Order: sequence, then structure tokens, then C-alpha cells
Amino acid sequence: MSPPQAALKDLARRFARNRSALVGLAILAAVLLLAAAAPLLYPATPFALAGKPVSPPFGNFLLGTDMLGRDVAAGIAHGAKTSLLIGLVSTAVAVTFGTLAGGLAGYYGGRIDGLLMRITEIFQTIPSFIFAIVLVAVMSPSIASTVIAISVVSWPGVARLARGEFLSMRQREYVQSCISLGMGDARIMFAQILPNCLSPLVVTASLLVATAILIESGLAFLGLGDPNVMSWGFQVGAGRTVLRTAWWVCTFPGFAILLTVLAINLVGEGLNDALNPRLRNR
Amino acid sequence: MLRRLAQAVPTVLLIVVVNFFLLHLAPGDAAQVLAGEAGSATPEYMAALRAKFGLDQPLYVQLFDYIKTMLSLDLGMSFRQNEPVLTLILGRLGPTLLLMTTTLFLSLGGGVLLGILAASGLRTWRDNVISVLALVSYATPLFWLGLMLIILFSIDLGWLPTSGMETIGAFYQGWARVFDIARHLVLPALTLSLFYLAVYTRLMRAAMLEQAGMDYVTTARAKGLSERRITFVHVLRNAFLPVLTIAGIQVGGLIGGSVVVETIFDWPGLGLLAFESLFARDLNLLFGIFFLSACLVVLVNLAVDVLYTFLDPRIEV
Repeated sequence: MSPPQAALKDLARRFARNRSALVGLAILAAVLLLAAAAPLLYPATPFALAGKPVSPPFGNFLLGTDMLGRDVAAGIAHGAKTSLLIGLVSTAVAVTFGTLAGGLAGYYGGRIDGLLMRITEIFQTIPSFIFAIVLVAVMSPSIASTVIAISVVSWPGVARLARGEFLSMRQREYVQSCISLGMGDARIMFAQILPNCLSPLVVTASLLVATAILIESGLAFLGLGDPNVMSWGFQVGAGRTVLRTAWWVCTFPGFAILLTVLAINLVGEGLNDALNPRLRNR
Repeated sequence: MLRRLAQAVPTVLLIVVVNFFLLHLAPGDAAQVLAGEAGSATPEYMAALRAKFGLDQPLYVQLFDYIKTMLSLDLGMSFRQNEPVLTLILGRLGPTLLLMTTTLFLSLGGGVLLGILAASGLRTWRDNVISVLALVSYATPLFWLGLMLIILFSIDLGWLPTSGMETIGAFYQGWARVFDIARHLVLPALTLSLFYLAVYTRLMRAAMLEQAGMDYVTTARAKGLSERRITFVHVLRNAFLPVLTIAGIQVGGLIGGSVVVETIFDWPGLGLLAFESLFARDLNLLFGIFFLSACLVVLVNLAVDVLYTFLDPRIEV
């Protein structure tokens, strides 16, 4: 077995020993399955009138209907896709951008480092949720603007982490020998250093997905989600008006957010423990 | 101290620059953005706005003028409410600060206490229960928690009011009024606190465990000090530092959270104002709130730095 394969297997074994991480993985798999199966389970658009408005749950409809007769369960199934998609894409953008900025700062140091870190700091100072609200409000609500807003508020943390990693790797012997071999800067950064600091980045990315889903649902709750796409935050926001009479409209979609975010956090922590086995027994 | 203050100034400046570019990011020119949606402002008003912002000038001149007006705290007018933005914001500052300080004390106090409880009973049921609760709270969306608390405590049990800061039309005076506001404060503060309570609990637990392995703890133990004294006098002080740092950073998050919480509970603060401005597409007001809340974070971070020197005299600001 080649070394990377053996390392992956070792990682999987350590991860599998962590019970809470496995529970998280199971929940996450279920949510993924739900998102994938949504078009099959509920072929009609989740905005369609499905039955009598505010029908209670566990009757004709598993999770009841809202005040416009929309099936809550159908909304949750279709919303799963929205949440996961926005969470994953915005995290990918934030991690790419953050790694690039942090990597450049850590690798080159000096003035580039000073400038980039100053910018990072300022983005960290700005209250992130309000920043996201302003961004979406300015760009008008859509999937793209939500992704951009979440990425803009999430990259600084990644940048700081990447900077630290690149800074310490820069002094390692293998990097020094690459430099003396005459390897280009870009190649050293992406082919040599990056693979060596992948594990903290992977852990951060997994936790960022959870945060991204929370931000997305918050925006959608405030009415800043894409109006043509069903999402959990939107469902809770819409159900707010009938809170007194129809508790189920808010309760179930919100619970879906809670479960998904919890599952991702558990998986992220499991990854962290598996990648840094020495820290485990703290 | 002066050095820190000198660092805060460019931060505020750059926040203004970010604000400026956001304004330019919006469709249409700044006058259209400031005047709300097209069609709702008179042409004269638009022309006046364009002249005021010098939109015929090159971009760098515009930027320079913008910085000048922002720094003199001239945040412009709210088109919808027909009042200066600053007046509107200052009028709503009180309730938000009340909500935020209550939340800060609740979450910091509770978090430190729970963190100590968890760390001192490492791997017992106490630690496990606290850790699981923290994990769940950490994943709970604020708005959903608020709605669930309303269902439980207001609709089902009828113990607490669902919205507002005071009972409308009651005109309580003195202590009756304080009590009335406190009753209204319980649910919003609880909602906003839970997430941060989880954050601080986990941080405090980790920091306590880290400090417990330090040499000075061994020394203290060798001197024959009681465990209680070691925990509360020696370890606590050092473990509190990282928690305080994060608390300073989290103030920004608290402001963001207050938008959601104030919207749910109709709490008449800045967050609700932000939501109202969003709903009315009153972008200038939204920008004003955004700018001032960023400034507030800069101020709080400065305050945390000063607090640091009191807690750990080795640190110089």
C-alpha cells in the first residue's frame, strides 16, 4: 500500500474510534441523502399548494402544512439542498481566498505580510453578520449574493491560520532545499507547502461549513434569501406569523438546521482529533 | 496605550473606505441608493444628493469627501424616516446596550462557571452533561431558539411577555417600570446568551485544563494550598485571559445576533432599526448602523486591551 493510502486508512481508523464523530457522520449522511432524494420524494415545487393550510403534523402531512398550504416536509427536503450547497460553496470560496491571502503573507513576509494581515484584521473587526446583511442588501438577495456575503465574512480566519502555517513551513529544511533547487515560488507554495498544512485547513473548513449554514439560515430568516429557492431559514421566518396557532411550521425546519450544524461540528471535531492524535487526550 | 489608539484610527478609516465601496457596489449611483428605491424621490432631491456627494467628481475626490463627512459623524438623512441617521441611531442605542451588557454578563458569568465545573470534574457525568449541552447550544440557530422560548414561556406557560421592552399603556413608574423592563428582557437576553454561553464554556474548560498542567500549579500544590484556592485564585485568573480576548472579539457577533433577536422580540434597539431599514430599503440608515457598530467593536477591543493590563500586569498595552 502506498504511503498516502496507508495514512488515509490510519486516519479513517482513528476517526471511526470516535463515537460522537460517527454519530455526526451518520446524521450528515442522512441529510445528504434527503437533499439528493428531494426531487424524487417531492417532485412538485416546495412552494406549491399541497393541501389545507395549517394542517397539523402526523396527519395527512408528515410535518404538517404552513399558512399557505405548503408541505413543511417538502420544504425541509428541498431546503436541505440549499443549505448544504450554500454551505459548501461559500466555504470553498472562503478557504481558497483565505489560503491564498494567508499563504502569500506567510511565505513572502515583510511588507506583503504587513499589508495583507492589516486587511485581514479589518475584515475581522467588522461585525460579520451585519456585514453579510449589508452585502446581500446591496447586491439584492440571490444564491450568488448569499455565497459572496458568507465568503467575504469567513475568509479572514482561514487567512490567519494559513499565514501561521506557511510562516513556520517557510523555515523548514525541505522548503529551503526546494529554494536552492531553483523551484519557482508558486510551485513551492502549492505543491510543497500546501499539502503539508492541509490538515488544519480541512478541520477549519469543515467547521466553516457549519457556520456558513447558520449565517445562510439567519439571512433567509430575515427575508434576505433567494426568493425562488426554498430554504430552512425562510421556512422558519415565514412560520413566525403563525407561531401561536401552528407551532410545527417553525419548529421542524429549525430543528433540521440544528441537527445539520451539530452533525457537521461533530464531524469537524472528529477530524481534528483524528488528524492531531496527540491532542486527543486533553 | 497611545500606540493601540493610533492603530484604531486607520481601522476606522478603512471601515469607512469599505463602506464607500459598498455604496458603489449597489446598482445605480450613490444618490439612487441613498434615496431608496427609484421613483420614491423627487428629481430635485436626487440632484441635491448628487451635488452633495459630488458624483460628478473623480472617484478619489468622492472617497476623500466621504471620509470627511463620515468622520465628522455626519451620517446623512434617513430618507424614509426623514430624520438624521445619527439621531435615529442614538435613540435606539440604549435598549441595545442594555440587551448586550445583560447578555455579556449572563454568558461570561455562566460560561466561566460552567467551564470551571466541567474542568474540575473532568470526564465525570458533570463534564459530559455540560459538554453535550454546550455542543447543542453551539449548533442552535438564534432565531429558532427565540421562537421556541416564546412557544414555551409565553404561549404555553404564559410567564413572560413576547415582545417589546415595556408593557404598552401601563406607564409604570420607578421600580415597577424597572421590573417591567426586566421581565421583557429575560427572553431576548436568554436567546442571545445561549450561543456565547456555549462558546465561553468550552473555552474556559480548555483554558482551565491547559493551566492546570503549568508549573506554577505544581508549586502551589507543593506549598500545601488547597485545591479550591489553587483553582479560584491561581488558575482562574490565568484561564480567564483567553476567554476575555474572545469575548472582546465576539462583541461584533453580539451586534449581529441582536438584529435577529430584536426582530423576533420587537426589542426597540439598533438591531430592530437595522431590520426596519432593511425592510424599507433605507440603505443609508443601514450603512450608518453598520459603520457605528464597527466603530463600537473597535472601541470594545480597546477596552479589552486596557482590562488585560489589570488582569495580567506583565502585559503592556
